[in-house]
Amino acid sequence: MNLEFGSEYDEFTQEVENFCKEYSGAIITSDDKKFEMHDALSGNASPNSGKSVGRSEWQKLLIDKGYFARSIPKEYGGYGGEPDIIKSRIIAGAFAKYKVPNAMGGQGIDMLVPTLLEWGTEEQKQQYIESTLHGETIWCQGYSEPNAGSDLASLQTKGELINGNWVINGQKIWTSTAQYSQMMFCLVRTEPEASKHAGISFILIPMDTPGIEIRPLVDMTLKAGFNEVFFDDVTVPEENIVGKRGEGWSVANSVLGHERGSLANPNVTLNRLNNLINLMKEETIDGRRLIDVASYRDRLLQVQGKVLAAQAHSLRLLSAKINPGQNVKLGGMIQKLVGTELRHELEGLAIDIMGELGTLYEDDPNVRGGGSWQFTYMYFLGLIIGGGTNQIQKNIISERGLGMPREPKVQVEV
Amino acid sequence: MYFGLSEEQESIQDFVKKFLADNASVDEIRKIANGEDEELEKNIFDGILNLGVNTLLIPEKYNGLGAGLLHAVAVAQALGSGVGPIPFVGSYVMAPIAINLGGDEEQRKNYLPKIASNEIRFGIGMSEFVGAREDAGIEFSKNKLNGRALFVLDAEKSEFIILANKSGNIFIIDANDKGTKINKLTTVDKTRTFHEIILENVDAEMLALTADNNEIAKKVIDAGRIILAADTVGASEAMVEKAVTYSKERKQFNRTIGSFQAVKHMCAEMAADLEPCYSLVWQAAHSFDTEEINSSRLLACQSKSHTSEVGKMISKKATEVHGGMGFTDLLGLHYWFKRIGLNRQILGAPEIVREEAAELQGFNQ
Repeated sequence: MNLEFGSEYDEFTQEVENFCKEYSGAIITSDDKKFEMHDALSGNASPNSGKSVGRSEWQKLLIDKGYFARSIPKEYGGYGGEPDIIKSRIIAGAFAKYKVPNAMGGQGIDMLVPTLLEWGTEEQKQQYIESTLHGETIWCQGYSEPNAGSDLASLQTKGELINGNWVINGQKIWTSTAQYSQMMFCLVRTEPEASKHAGISFILIPMDTPGIEIRPLVDMTLKAGFNEVFFDDVTVPEENIVGKRGEGWSVANSVLGHERGSLANPNVTLNRLNNLINLMKEETIDGRRLIDVASYRDRLLQVQGKVLAAQAHSLRLLSAKINPGQNVKLGGMIQKLVGTELRHELEGLAIDIMGELGTLYEDDPNVRGGGSWQFTYMYFLGLIIGGGTNQIQKNIISERGLGMPREPKVQVEV
Repeated sequence: MYFGLSEEQESIQDFVKKFLADNASVDEIRKIANGEDEELEKNIFDGILNLGVNTLLIPEKYNGLGAGLLHAVAVAQALGSGVGPIPFVGSYVMAPIAINLGGDEEQRKNYLPKIASNEIRFGIGMSEFVGAREDAGIEFSKNKLNGRALFVLDAEKSEFIILANKSGNIFIIDANDKGTKINKLTTVDKTRTFHEIILENVDAEMLALTADNNEIAKKVIDAGRIILAADTVGASEAMVEKAVTYSKERKQFNRTIGSFQAVKHMCAEMAADLEPCYSLVWQAAHSFDTEEINSSRLLACQSKSHTSEVGKMISKKATEVHGGMGFTDLLGLHYWFKRIGLNRQILGAPEIVREEAAELQGFNQ
């Protein structure tokens, strides 16, 4: 066991820390509503009091320093550094420690960019990656359909190649941020004769294409911004396909694993735990601090045990990336299940201990934490369901991790 | 940067596991638990001691291996996974740490080499320091101990006993002193031994450095808690493995029960909650070996209480996956269930330990 990164990283750590001190608590300004949600989820929502920087300017500054898009090649707008897991860890750690706002994430940056790097043509990389990294092109993901949720591969939105264009008809659902997006990456059935998984293609669709209708789907938080998206003879050029015809399932799956892992960042969970501890020290009932109520305190300590375990576990996963051959068994597979359940429990505890105050929401003048406790509590219930429901995660863990048999197919009655 | 057990630590863990797999089947464990085969019990003890587990925490200058607590954690996981019926946490973790940290040079020289050479063995009783009971407690005066100590670990066949009082002073007594009465306690877990010791004017030697502070007693408790957590992790791992294996063999409704989602999801829940426990316990042990007291004590407390909760859940669900067979003595799954259950209760049950962790962080005023 050796938790030191080694003296060769001392200089780099110092450099990152100096930057973080300068931008500690920085406020990222933007008139785009999409970012409110992003900030709440990435732990940036706490009241900041540092420098004020514009969104796109901030993205560019972070790329320039190599604190974001670090290993994405320069010719596509990245920093162009060698992949270095330890440096990434040092950056993430320092940003969390000094409460520096993270770079923008979202489905374009977290999912589409890695997908294009792996599968895209040179033209596609040139056209899309840089503006996505700068936060100028926002993407939404067109995967789920009303009848293709956990069984995503049964999706039915149809794409036909007619005169050098894809003509798309059908419907997507649970499309986050569709109303703010310039582009969608979409799974479309283009090979109706092929088997379920082999008939899908991955197609890029500009959201201003005629025939697209977006209907907001209000969720329980009243803010998160899902949508239904309808396609009526939506026509995009043939070259908007990523990968070959029928390869869409493989293209999509090459980054789905990444999404699952990133849904509950342990650094953010730790920040939320610290916020909860502060809340319990500040808030009182009958003149007693909430943290002095033994039953509340015990529940806090139970959650802290889980958070510490998750922190230690993320160190072990990091170690397995640095040291090839280290066995982490089920290590990565459990992250989405355990991480989302833990956040939901943590946020819910804050509501419980606040009693009536815990019910306040949105812009109520008495609301605590800017309404973030209720919002995140509900939002994480959404994440428990989304990104592959936690029941699907349990299937994955038991089948792929523990080698248990698949559920036999039920015979369909005719 | 490397987070995990070293090759050496994994290797001793594998040796202990393999030895138990080859020599301590459930039938053999049952014989020992029922007190039916002393020779078998001795052979298992000798076999595991041959791997050097008694020398791990004794510094090299006293003829030990001079390894850290993480090494002992590796062994404890293996002992838990095979419900190893040998003394370990008391005799070979807490006792040597107490003597090494609390003894003066003469005391260390007197006892540690003999533990390393297996000439003597220690039991240890610190339950009064963790939580005193009304009808128990020891009094020290004029180099004599009087009173009653409860839940003394690994005292069976030990030549010496270490006892702590409420103030955290730590004493050594001769188990064969004529004023010492040692009574075996009947607990649910019969893979390890627990005793009550009644003392009447028993000659006692105080570990010199424990005379005026309880920090050493706390440190010994930290180590004990981390090792119990590791034992629980090992026992939990074995229970999950047994449940998964059984679910792939047992058939009902013309299919293996492991193909039912109800069963699969129970197994996934167990595995998902167990996985981070390894990392937590390893980090706690590493922190015990290297870091300042406060952060390592928090991790020791949280390892003990968190693994106790996860272990309790696993011991229940894994038994349920086995259906009626899980409830039988024939299958013997209950040895793991009880081992986890006992680890939970000793050296501070979860609520007590969490309260200590809260105090440590200045949470309660």
